[in-house]
Amino acid sequence: MAARFRAPGFYRASVLMVLGVAFSTGLTWLVRMSTGHTTFTHYLSGDAILTVSLIAVPLLFLIGIGGFDYWFYWAIGRPTRAEDHSGHGAYTWKDYFRVNTDHKVIGIQYTVTSFFFLLVGGLIAMLMRAELAQPGAQFVDANTYNGLFSVHASLLIFLFVIPVFAGLANFVLPLMIGAPDMAFPRLNALSYWLLPVAGALMLGSFLAPGGAFADGWTAYAPLSTDAPIGQTFFSLGVQFAGASSIMTALNFLVTIITMRAPGMSFFRLPLLVWANFATSLLVVIATPFIAASQFFVLLDRALGFNFFNAAKGGDVLMYQHVFWFYSHPAVYIMMLPGFGIISEIIAVKSRKPIFGYRMMAFSLLAIVGLGFTVWAHHMFTSGMAAWIRIPMAITTAIIAVPTGIKVFSWLATLWRGVLHLDTSMLFALGFLTTFTLGGISGVMLAMVPFDIHVSSTYFIVAHIHYVLFGGSLMTIFAGVYYWFPKMTGRMYDERLGKWHFWTTFVFFNLTFGPMHILGLQGMPRRVATYAAKFADLNLAISIMSFALGLSTLLFIYNIVTSWRGGPRSVSNPWRGMTLEWQVASPPPVFNFDRVPTVVGGPYEYGVPGAVHGIFGPAPATISAGSSIVRAPSE
Amino acid sequence: MPRQRSLILTIVAAVIATAIGIVLSFVIHWFPVQASTQARNTDRLYHVLVIACIPIFVLVVTVILYCAWQFHVKPGEELKDGPPIHGNTRLEVIWTAVPAILLLGMVSYSFVVLHENEKKPAQEIRVGVTGQQFEWSFQYPPSVTGGRPVESKQLYLPDNESVKLELHSKDVIHAFWIPAFRLQEDVVPGITTNYRATPDRLGTYPIVCNLLCGLGHSLMRSSVHVVPPSQFQAWLKSNASTTAAAGGGAGAASASAAGTASG
Repeated sequence: MAARFRAPGFYRASVLMVLGVAFSTGLTWLVRMSTGHTTFTHYLSGDAILTVSLIAVPLLFLIGIGGFDYWFYWAIGRPTRAEDHSGHGAYTWKDYFRVNTDHKVIGIQYTVTSFFFLLVGGLIAMLMRAELAQPGAQFVDANTYNGLFSVHASLLIFLFVIPVFAGLANFVLPLMIGAPDMAFPRLNALSYWLLPVAGALMLGSFLAPGGAFADGWTAYAPLSTDAPIGQTFFSLGVQFAGASSIMTALNFLVTIITMRAPGMSFFRLPLLVWANFATSLLVVIATPFIAASQFFVLLDRALGFNFFNAAKGGDVLMYQHVFWFYSHPAVYIMMLPGFGIISEIIAVKSRKPIFGYRMMAFSLLAIVGLGFTVWAHHMFTSGMAAWIRIPMAITTAIIAVPTGIKVFSWLATLWRGVLHLDTSMLFALGFLTTFTLGGISGVMLAMVPFDIHVSSTYFIVAHIHYVLFGGSLMTIFAGVYYWFPKMTGRMYDERLGKWHFWTTFVFFNLTFGPMHILGLQGMPRRVATYAAKFADLNLAISIMSFALGLSTLLFIYNIVTSWRGGPRSVSNPWRGMTLEWQVASPPPVFNFDRVPTVVGGPYEYGVPGAVHGIFGPAPATISAGSSIVRAPSE
Repeated sequence: MPRQRSLILTIVAAVIATAIGIVLSFVIHWFPVQASTQARNTDRLYHVLVIACIPIFVLVVTVILYCAWQFHVKPGEELKDGPPIHGNTRLEVIWTAVPAILLLGMVSYSFVVLHENEKKPAQEIRVGVTGQQFEWSFQYPPSVTGGRPVESKQLYLPDNESVKLELHSKDVIHAFWIPAFRLQEDVVPGITTNYRATPDRLGTYPIVCNLLCGLGHSLMRSSVHVVPPSQFQAWLKSNASTTAAAGGGAGAASASAAGTASG
């Protein structure tokens, strides 16, 4: 029994979490007493204890579950356990609930956890649409409603879109570059376990005194610095989700730079790898800024630092600059991996090489660079110095150019191909149309006088859902269907998948399309009630959104039943050239029995005799430098 | 159907779709009524943008539909590959340069509109706006009233006269938005922000707080009444007495503060 509490796992984690609460209470009492806060009721006032607990308990949970074991052993000089690969592979479902260092297990942990939060975030959206079906208060009060949309956005951004891309890439990226695992498997495991912690904090805020954090996912100061304790759950939840992102991004960068198979030059990398390389650069540079912005809020709230208290010399606009310096690049963090997925699918399912491969890679890097120069376009009405709007509007318009290059290259890839219009391809083509609309409304929003009218309205709500749902989520569905056979070794139901696509595509447009008009007409976002003239359109939107919500059930049913009992998949059902398709489905524990050698580009479809990778040493004629698969047009 | 004929058919369909889109963009009532000169400029900008964007969207959708129609896998082609086309430098230069020029054109036009909307008029009256959770109040300094300052919960503005509103917040950030004017600006604690408009249509229009400011955010509304100048003066006169009678010390103080700022 005692051994069970000493070994890493949920038992040890529970004990440490209880100790964490006791420690936080003791520490708070001690500090308050020593600084002269002597009233007994103050000791029990709770906010201080809760704030300290929210830092201590998650960290102790991570220690308990075993996230730090190896490093602690190493730090105190105890012999570190030799890697016996007991943490590799998953043999029963229970293995997914342990700290596991296998990138494929972590990839599935990440993806499934993220989808859990998609469902929670989606259910919250259903509650919001029910409230908005009619003007006036229906069944939630203003505080609850504000909490609902704040948690909806936070969960879907920090616990769905960002991590699910990290999850999919975790699974396929090492396979694609011919690596046995990620560069830092233990760091990889830790970065996964930070996610449930962040999710528990954000969802747990509903139980906090005063309700969930209710200032939007943007948490603008000074509203957030005076909010009830629920706000602290967000401030700290973001730290854990952000740390997870940074760790994974570092891991991807090092893996891509150092662990490519022989012959895998950068210009032979599949575009999914390029996309994650670009995304990881964004993550490691930008994420510390949101961490800082939420620490500022926390310090203002808990200790009265007055960063954003104008009466005490604080600067209110500073919050927005720091926040958007992360949160605009975050839009690309949530989109570039999707671009990578679409490139894979369109090439394979059109049976053609990607049109303009190098420009596709360079445009990703252009987006990374430009992505850091546009943040203040979220602040055109903020009261900042007027001139800043001019350069920011220009860069915002210009960043549409590399994005346009990608869209046109995908279209050219389709041209004269042999198109297999199955579920993942339908999602890819659906993505192209909805994302183009989201891109167009984005360009319109770069136009300052127009943005001044629609800033913070339902036009913005429509735009971000066209980008994040019509953009990111469509690519995520496409990617999940595309790699499902590889990840599970089973095939999904194609007919159900197509139904899922069509219902999602139709009801998505019927839900979010009309929101553009609501915004232009003058309906603000983040309101639980609205003027009577918006009632009809809102009712229609609510009904469509419920249908959109139901369409997700098709996906869940398809995935769950196929995973449990779908027909076995062959190793390469789509006849893809990239390396992940050259191993069994699901792949063996260490990915490759023999190290692959890359001898050509990843998308040489239609080139007679072309290969991307071979197993075993390269033939002399190929390793001599000239690739056998050079296309005639290059 | 031979490929050439289907291509011509598709191009014709795309041109028709573009035409329908452009016609629709004129038929749909996108906006609430225009009640300021700025609204007219902004709406024109919107229409230009929509007309410029419709052909691009139609192009993307047409190519997708055409490819799905013409190039989907046919029986017996299951194992066939497409032609190994890797790129075309001329095409890639075109679809980099043309959008860039189009975008720079659009953004330049938007700057023209921005300049037009924000340029300082020869003459303008100055009125203070105070946002606080969860209501608006408006301060008319002596320079406008010609006598005692006036404080009001509703905004009255003379028709066809430029006004500069000076926005203050007593607590958190609000956004002062009059959809009929197509103008909005945040109301930020610690700094004064400005809102210039020239109302040009008589009537009463909603004022909306458009930045989440707490529990009562949805209900933080007021109205702007655009009235003929003579009626505006009459309103000021009748309110000067009620404000004084109410003895609104705080109101008068902040109103005179706005007056000083505008002096």
